[in-house]
Amino acid sequence: MTQLALVIDLNVCVGCHACVTSCKEWNTSGWAGPLTDQRAYDEDPTGTFFNRVQTYEAGVFPHTETYHFPKSCLHCEDPPCVPVCPTGASYKREDNGVVLVDYDKCIGCKYCSWACPYGAREIDEKQRVMKKCTLCIDRITDMTLPESQRKPACVLACPTSARLFGDVHDPNSVVSIAIREEGGYALQPEWGTKPANHYLPRRKTRIQIHEDELVRADNPLKKEQLPSLPEGGETLDDVAW
Amino acid sequence: MQDPTSQSDSDLGRVEVKETTCYMCACRCGIRVTLRDGEVRYIEGNPDHPLNKGVICAKGSSGIMKQYSPARLTKPLLRKPGSERGDSDFEEISWEKAFDLMQERLGKIRAEDPKRFALFTGRDQMQALTGMFAKQFGTPNYAAHGGFCSVNMAAGLIYTIGGSFWEFGGPDLERSKLFIMIGTAEDHHSNPMKMALADFKRRGGRFISINPIRTGYSAIADEWVPIKPGTDGALMLAIIRELIHQGLYDREFLIKYTNSAELVVDDPKRDDHGLFRRFEMHVEEGCFDPENKLWWDRELDREISTHTPGTDPRLLGSFMLDDGTPVKPAFQLLKDRVEEYTIEWAEDITGIPADTIRRLAHEMGVVARDQKIELPIQWTDSWGNEHDSVTGNPVSFHAMRGLAAHSNGFQTIRALGILMTILGTIDRPGGFRHKAPFPRPIPPCPKPPKGPEGVQPNTPLDGMPLGWPSKPDDLFVDDEGEAVRIDKAFSWEYPLSVHGLMHNAITNAWRGDPYKIDTLLLFMANMAWNSSMNTENVRDMLKDKDENGEYKIPFLIVADAFQSETVAFADLVLPDTTYLERHDAMSMLDRPISEYDGPVDSVRIPVVEPRGDCKPFQEVLIEMGSRLGLPAFVREDGSRKFRNYPDFVTNYETSPGSGIGFLAGWRGKGGEKFLKGEPNPRQWEMYQKNGCVYHHKLPKSYQYMRNWNQGYLEWARYHGMTRYVEPITLHLYSEVLQRFRLAAQGKLPGKQPPERLRKRVAEHFDPLPFYTAPLEHKLVDTHQYPINALTQRPMAMYHSWDSQNAWLRQIHTHNYLFVNPKLGEASGFGDGDWIWIESPTNKVRCMARFSEAVEPGTVWTWNAIGKATGAWGLSNKANESQKGFLLNHVISEELPPCEAGDHMSNSDPVTGQAAWFDVRVKIYPAGPEEPKVTSPQFKPQKRVPGQDQRRGKWQAFFAGKFRRKHNIGD
Repeated sequence: MTQLALVIDLNVCVGCHACVTSCKEWNTSGWAGPLTDQRAYDEDPTGTFFNRVQTYEAGVFPHTETYHFPKSCLHCEDPPCVPVCPTGASYKREDNGVVLVDYDKCIGCKYCSWACPYGAREIDEKQRVMKKCTLCIDRITDMTLPESQRKPACVLACPTSARLFGDVHDPNSVVSIAIREEGGYALQPEWGTKPANHYLPRRKTRIQIHEDELVRADNPLKKEQLPSLPEGGETLDDVAW
Repeated sequence: MQDPTSQSDSDLGRVEVKETTCYMCACRCGIRVTLRDGEVRYIEGNPDHPLNKGVICAKGSSGIMKQYSPARLTKPLLRKPGSERGDSDFEEISWEKAFDLMQERLGKIRAEDPKRFALFTGRDQMQALTGMFAKQFGTPNYAAHGGFCSVNMAAGLIYTIGGSFWEFGGPDLERSKLFIMIGTAEDHHSNPMKMALADFKRRGGRFISINPIRTGYSAIADEWVPIKPGTDGALMLAIIRELIHQGLYDREFLIKYTNSAELVVDDPKRDDHGLFRRFEMHVEEGCFDPENKLWWDRELDREISTHTPGTDPRLLGSFMLDDGTPVKPAFQLLKDRVEEYTIEWAEDITGIPADTIRRLAHEMGVVARDQKIELPIQWTDSWGNEHDSVTGNPVSFHAMRGLAAHSNGFQTIRALGILMTILGTIDRPGGFRHKAPFPRPIPPCPKPPKGPEGVQPNTPLDGMPLGWPSKPDDLFVDDEGEAVRIDKAFSWEYPLSVHGLMHNAITNAWRGDPYKIDTLLLFMANMAWNSSMNTENVRDMLKDKDENGEYKIPFLIVADAFQSETVAFADLVLPDTTYLERHDAMSMLDRPISEYDGPVDSVRIPVVEPRGDCKPFQEVLIEMGSRLGLPAFVREDGSRKFRNYPDFVTNYETSPGSGIGFLAGWRGKGGEKFLKGEPNPRQWEMYQKNGCVYHHKLPKSYQYMRNWNQGYLEWARYHGMTRYVEPITLHLYSEVLQRFRLAAQGKLPGKQPPERLRKRVAEHFDPLPFYTAPLEHKLVDTHQYPINALTQRPMAMYHSWDSQNAWLRQIHTHNYLFVNPKLGEASGFGDGDWIWIESPTNKVRCMARFSEAVEPGTVWTWNAIGKATGAWGLSNKANESQKGFLLNHVISEELPPCEAGDHMSNSDPVTGQAAWFDVRVKIYPAGPEEPKVTSPQFKPQKRVPGQDQRRGKWQAFFAGKFRRKHNIGD
């Protein structure tokens, strides 16, 4: 069975929020839209986003790390949000593993958001239905689009290509290779939800320079040594007993 | 719900896809705009565009919210008779009336004294037109925002290597192994930098960030090196010293391609002290650096003409010429200079441990030396030597405002340029690479007028409003050596102010120093808010009146697309379009979007109709140029020459028959030429067919070593991109600066600085980089104001003016002052508390947020999130105006009185770069009784006629239905 997912590379994510607004832009006018905003030009504006970037600091100055952490529905293989739904609005697609909400069936009871350990669901306060990342289901399955465009909006937008998209059940997919080779991990595996989305960790590149590497035989300072032997003048040889 | 796989998005309405160029910031990415039933449905990166290759940033995707923003201006507005500036009491007028008003007023000014009209624009990138308009009008009082943005970076590097970062050049991350980013630099060239940085890291490159703050791209750096603000010069000089002492410099590169081995007169008693010893030869008058200089030959042990075949010169030593003149190679002078800048000295100043500085130096030097790149590309140098390969040293740098926005920034950036140079990394693979039209001569050829006589009634300006002085006689001063421009650019106060000093234009005009002006036209410049220093007082200046009850700045015209804070102060408001509604040219005459591999320029073509009566500012200038009869805009009989801006772009040539126009692509009658060629009537069409971009890839042999690449230089000359084919020798030692110093010391005949400025010019026009603390730090009590305060832009708002954007403002709704917890605790407040930040200029109440990602002597905030109450179509309760704050209030546009004058700009004394980041502050808790609201507050700004109604509580954007639902007119 196909299980589509995102793999997000925290090693290169700079927290630019391109994924956040490209998602909002595509989805607000698409199948899963609108993504309503409340008080858009007023006090405490808030609205529905399918994808958000959280920023954390770790460590104490000067040993500080700053992490940008994009977060959206992880499209769990065993999604706890689905069985708790009283109306069957929350469902997992059999053809590609994407977890979706049918707004026509949703009654806005929020059971699913309580069940989700990742806080990935967002209630639309106006429509009173639960909304969430669809992996841009209306792009990735739209056969009228060229294949290069059949990807989630966030993946296409990401300037650091920190977001990989593919089938985690296909061992040869770009996402499976990244998880296997780059230390990909799932969030809170102890919940047993088997998130399809994975993250790649930070990696550090260091350079080790040994002291004996500093000076090479062709050191240019040698070229600047004195031009010729001094002429005249007293030497030790003239005065020593 | 219908199964999402059973329908296509394109079934939901009538779909059109159009390509144009983004303008949500200054990057200028290629975009594809999908419209549904005429409304913007989706903006995505254009995968075929050389700049962004399909990606798009947070702002780019939020362009929809800009298009349909309730802050949009849609009608020309005139301040109501009897109303006061700042009160936003306007009446709608017709464009005809607006043009009539301007024609009458500007026509009179031009006939009497053109410099009483000042035009300042917040954005660069339209300077090809705005600068040309100013010149044609005859006023020197023109600049864009570079003076308060990053002119130190432009000038510091262009006066050193003939190019600079961002539009001018950048790090070759594709082949680099070690990349060092210094200071905040991310919002210039941001998408391409993000793309390149990610690829660089994936290839195993090492990324070091030197910055007081760990945000932005520094988050993913392999190493973060916190530094005290304004001390970068000290770090660079100590690294240079270590590299020289270890012999970790590229000797061959320094000899062949820089002035390191050239002999400088070394006798302080002589008038030519510090100048290169030049021998007599016929030199064509021009702006290049002639090759009539000397080396000291190692074998013959005597002087010899530079680049004599088979010669190996000395870089170090002290010599006597045959005629008895004592000389030293420039590199020896550099070595002498940095001798005092030990690593331990730098540790004290920068706060970086000595071991770290030493390690950084060794990493740079050893990677550059031992990981040499060799590409099998043949090329020929300027001296006729053929090379079988192009080699490079894979160490690269990027820096922008973090270094630039200090009063010691010019010399700091000179030091960076020299560091890059001694590592042998200029226009070589893995190092720094130029972008066309750079490299240009050091300095480039255009010059400002020479004196007040350059400004004459009804006559174009005799010179360029902005140029590149190479000697004191190029300064734009009167007989007393004082300024002719309102911002005092190109005077002895700021001789190399190549981007002007927009940050002082209002203060000077208000004070009438050096003279009073009549009309100030501001385009896309929020000078009543985040683009001004000392904002609260500048707002008062804009509405201050003289003893006759007249405004001290008599007439203020504001052209903007949005209801900015500055609009409230306008007498006349000209509603501009958004980027989706207009034609634009990102011209080779300004700052195009060239790539390392060749020239690129681009255009915008409207994808939607303009809203209401808004009109592209370019059309306003074409109309005014025609009405005022400015020579470039009319035929000999005085009739209008260009139908509109697109027609102008197609047909304008810099001079009749020059073949050089605004756009470089598809020139010639049938579009068969590039860069130079006759106007092509179908040029726009050809750009449109090609995604609105023209990219000319140079042959590989012309892509590197361009300062000295004979083939490239001839190619550039042939296509009209440069005036000379002479090599552009790197100025490790700056004779240009020394000329100004000699004038200040009374040793050079010609223009002389006023007495009050002699010492200042002599000190700062040092031909070699030096470290000195920022000016403000020397003039304010740093015990009373012990903290440095900085700003950065958040990535979702890099280089943008979009905190009113419905989506982006949810990401950054208000800003905090970020404070290291140790400093916060020592200052008596906790995380989230309301506090005061106070400088000698003003104080601001704001909220503190503790952060471990900032060095403890520095506080900082996201800039331009805070807004004035009621501006930008936001409600009076919006977080931006109640919790968000503007740090600019505490940053002065002028220095405290000092020897150089009572009203010197708070700027770099060489370039006039606004020294935003020099500000010193103290912080302390706000009282428990104080309101939990930012201070200062201003009277809420009223909406203006033609702005949308309030949107109500809910806004659900769904393309094709939105405008109708919210009653937003076309």
